[in-house]
Amino acid sequence: MKVGCPLETAEGEKRVAMTPDSVGQIRKLGYECLVQSGAGAAAGFDDDAYEAAGASVVKTAAALWKQADIVVKVRGTSAVEEKHLRADQTVISLFWPGQNPDLLETFKSAGSNAIAMDMVPRISRAQKMDVLSSMANIAGYRAVIESGNQFGRFFTGQITAAGKVPPAKVLVIGAGVAGLAAIGTATSLGAIVRAFDVRPEVAEQIESMGAEFLMLEFEEDGSGEGGYAKPASPEFIEKEMALFREQAPEIDIVITTALIPGRPAPKLWPAEMVALMKPGSVVVDLAAEQGGNCDLTVADQIVTSDNGVKVVGYTDFPSRMAAQSSTLYATNIRHMLDDLTPEKDGQITINMEDDVIRGATVVHNGEVTFPPPAPKVQAIGKADAAPKPVELTPEEKAALEMEAHRRAGRRQFGMLAGGGLFMLLVGAYAPASFMQHFIVFALACFVGFQVIWNVSHALHTPLMAVTNAISGIIILGALLQVGSDNQIVMILAGISVLIATINIVGGFMVTRRMLAMFQKS
Amino acid sequence: MSANIVTAIYIAASVLFILSLGGLSNQESAKRAVWYGIVGMALAVGATIFGPQVEITLELMLMIAVGSVIGLVVARRVEMTGMPQLVAALHTFVGAAAVFIGINSHIAPPAGLAGAELIIHEVEIFLGVFIGAVTTTGSIIAFGKLSGMLDGKPLTLPGRNILNLIAVLGCVWLGGMYLNQPADWTLYLMTAIALIFGAHLVMAIGGADMPVVVSMLNSYSGWAAAATGFLLGNDLLIVTGALVGASGAILSYIMCRAMNRNFLSVILGGWGTAVSSAQEVEGEMIATDVATVAADMQDAQDIIIVPGYGMAVAQAQGAVSEITRRLRAQGKSVRFAIHPVAGRLPGHMNVLLAEAKVPYDIVLEMDEINPDFPEADMVIILGANDIVNPAAQDDPGSPIAGMPVLEVWKARQVIISKRGQGRGYSGIENPLFFKENSRMLYGDAKASLDQILTSLG
Repeated sequence: MKVGCPLETAEGEKRVAMTPDSVGQIRKLGYECLVQSGAGAAAGFDDDAYEAAGASVVKTAAALWKQADIVVKVRGTSAVEEKHLRADQTVISLFWPGQNPDLLETFKSAGSNAIAMDMVPRISRAQKMDVLSSMANIAGYRAVIESGNQFGRFFTGQITAAGKVPPAKVLVIGAGVAGLAAIGTATSLGAIVRAFDVRPEVAEQIESMGAEFLMLEFEEDGSGEGGYAKPASPEFIEKEMALFREQAPEIDIVITTALIPGRPAPKLWPAEMVALMKPGSVVVDLAAEQGGNCDLTVADQIVTSDNGVKVVGYTDFPSRMAAQSSTLYATNIRHMLDDLTPEKDGQITINMEDDVIRGATVVHNGEVTFPPPAPKVQAIGKADAAPKPVELTPEEKAALEMEAHRRAGRRQFGMLAGGGLFMLLVGAYAPASFMQHFIVFALACFVGFQVIWNVSHALHTPLMAVTNAISGIIILGALLQVGSDNQIVMILAGISVLIATINIVGGFMVTRRMLAMFQKS
Repeated sequence: MSANIVTAIYIAASVLFILSLGGLSNQESAKRAVWYGIVGMALAVGATIFGPQVEITLELMLMIAVGSVIGLVVARRVEMTGMPQLVAALHTFVGAAAVFIGINSHIAPPAGLAGAELIIHEVEIFLGVFIGAVTTTGSIIAFGKLSGMLDGKPLTLPGRNILNLIAVLGCVWLGGMYLNQPADWTLYLMTAIALIFGAHLVMAIGGADMPVVVSMLNSYSGWAAAATGFLLGNDLLIVTGALVGASGAILSYIMCRAMNRNFLSVILGGWGTAVSSAQEVEGEMIATDVATVAADMQDAQDIIIVPGYGMAVAQAQGAVSEITRRLRAQGKSVRFAIHPVAGRLPGHMNVLLAEAKVPYDIVLEMDEINPDFPEADMVIILGANDIVNPAAQDDPGSPIAGMPVLEVWKARQVIISKRGQGRGYSGIENPLFFKENSRMLYGDAKASLDQILTSLG
């Protein structure tokens, strides 16, 4: 089958769904690859690179749509493109089926399949095709870079001959993938970063990225399904606003990333907060497409407030880094194709039993299959509250140690007493000649136990070889018997001498070989 | 040479043997320690041969010479990966020698024994032959299993514990008869039963437990020597046998503790027959390829390599060593994490890495390296399975629950080099392979590593 990638038609869209790298990978799955001429130009991939990777370059979009059995795209289909749709054709793209019911109908009537990359369920094994995460990651990074562009100062604090520069203070609201990426970028640029999220469990992730988590003293868990947040109660919002009001005058850059699935973005940074900020400060609103977290946000524009605060409302952050986002997007697409091609034979199989494929497929064989049923695998395992190890006071520790000592002492005493009793018993019955040997035996066992405990782990094999060689001492017994008058005894003793010698010589030689190899660097 | 001088030399030999074992506490003194052992042995054998009780004959010298040559050749020829087999095979000889000496002592008993002394002598014969026989066949089976000539799976006959019990009780009963009337047939029948018993005992033990078995057989061979010492009234034999017996016993104990297993249950064979409800593992194994691993390796700063039996089988230690050398030359930290029961012999991995000239100060034990896994950029697992299984900690229903394991899953990335999707020796699923930060590198460990080495350039 043929996989085709047309030039994106949406205005300003620079991304492309297939890169020369992913062409190579898709071809390994048994597909042929088609690329419309100039599709990757805006992202920095020219036609030659695609051809070198083994794709055929097609002149027009119409020709591509005609030849391709599977079309991969970034932005959903346009009206023009939908005219090319034919039965049994599969389109893989971002579709936002919740917001675009008409699109589903178009696919239904055309009899084509639509696989929405934005509908891939957020479960562990689907992470490799989670485009939302990979795009959010880029958006978070770019938001910081964009804010730096608008912000008139350094991120790092510096003390120079020309004076002292205070570090920039960045507040990130919403610690999803984009928020965490923003935190990481801002921290690595040297800013002081604070972060807020309604889900208390992300505190650890925020801190791991190097930001300070702003705690809200309130008993409410804002975690919703699938790792997203859910709407907060009015009391909670009030507390939250109080916290922000406290922060706003100090903060230089605010990056808001708060989204709640299927709802307009919550207004977390109202005009009042903007008014509290210093002139020259920057707000970057990553939720601009869903109406924005800030009252002043205008999608795709930079607005300057009355007090000189810039509010950035771009909605195309990933597209502004087309080369990077295309690479990641194309890899996500390639993983999706990988899952859709279990036999690696270049034939697509839409397995509706598979949670991930079921979730992403929104139109299948002329039927709308959106919304999908809840996935069978739980998205994110509920963390069990691990019991905290009890901190011990020094006195308790000392007491425990004492107790352990006492126990060890008691055990040792018990063993000594038991052993002594046993010796007495043996002594009472055994003849004197035996007892002489027995004392040697008991002492040797004891020495053996004491010595071996100190042998290092790494030397256990040499230890075994050495003890094995030493156990060849049994040759002494054979030597003492070999002079016997009895023919059988002599032969058996002779054989014993032979094999014991093999043991001794072999054992020692092997040990030497092994030990000679241990060397210090 | 008078008997007294012989005894004096024996004392010197005993001291040398103790020093020899004690010297193994670290790598540097270990090299000296072997010489103590060799000198001790030479003194002991020399004193005995030139002592008053032995007549030097041509045949005797011939036996010693032939034995030495065979021993030398075998020790020179053996591959380091074949070490476990060799050690097991050598135990057979000690066991067999103990049996022969015991039988000899029965055929030609020392004169002038009566009463309690005679009984003790007979007990000693019986015990010496029994231990020797069990060691002999047990070692042969262990050798077969380790060299792959026999199936590594435990043989579980129905009622095998009852069979073992019957064998032991039968031997005890025969022993009672022998003490009453030292007839030949009782001794020989007991020898036969003990031979079968030893074989059956080891047959029932799975490949994963072989380290314990080998050290256990080592211990037995020591006790057999000690029993022979009692039999012949030779203190040096007793001392040395006891040393070896004790060391083997402790080694077995250390092994069992490292696997969190009960010593008895290891000896009686097989993983607990009722494998309780181990948790189902969800998710999928994600495969990776050599190029990706090599690229990731270039990016990583802190790399930990966990070798297992798979590395020994694939003979990959040379490639590992070369990769380690290159990465270290680039200023990266490369370390090895060794689980106490990795491989088929205690310390097996250390020996292989040493053979490949990996410096021993970057080869660390489990307890030393476990706290460092969270900081590691990359962990590479070479043919190890159970020793890195997180189920041992997470899943109380797992057959290996509670066994201390290397906490590799805490590292940023885990690469698992494995021949296929099969399970480990314990036959249980390993949730590690399904973790998000795990990548499977299928294929022969040596082939994969050689390719990585080429990609590292």
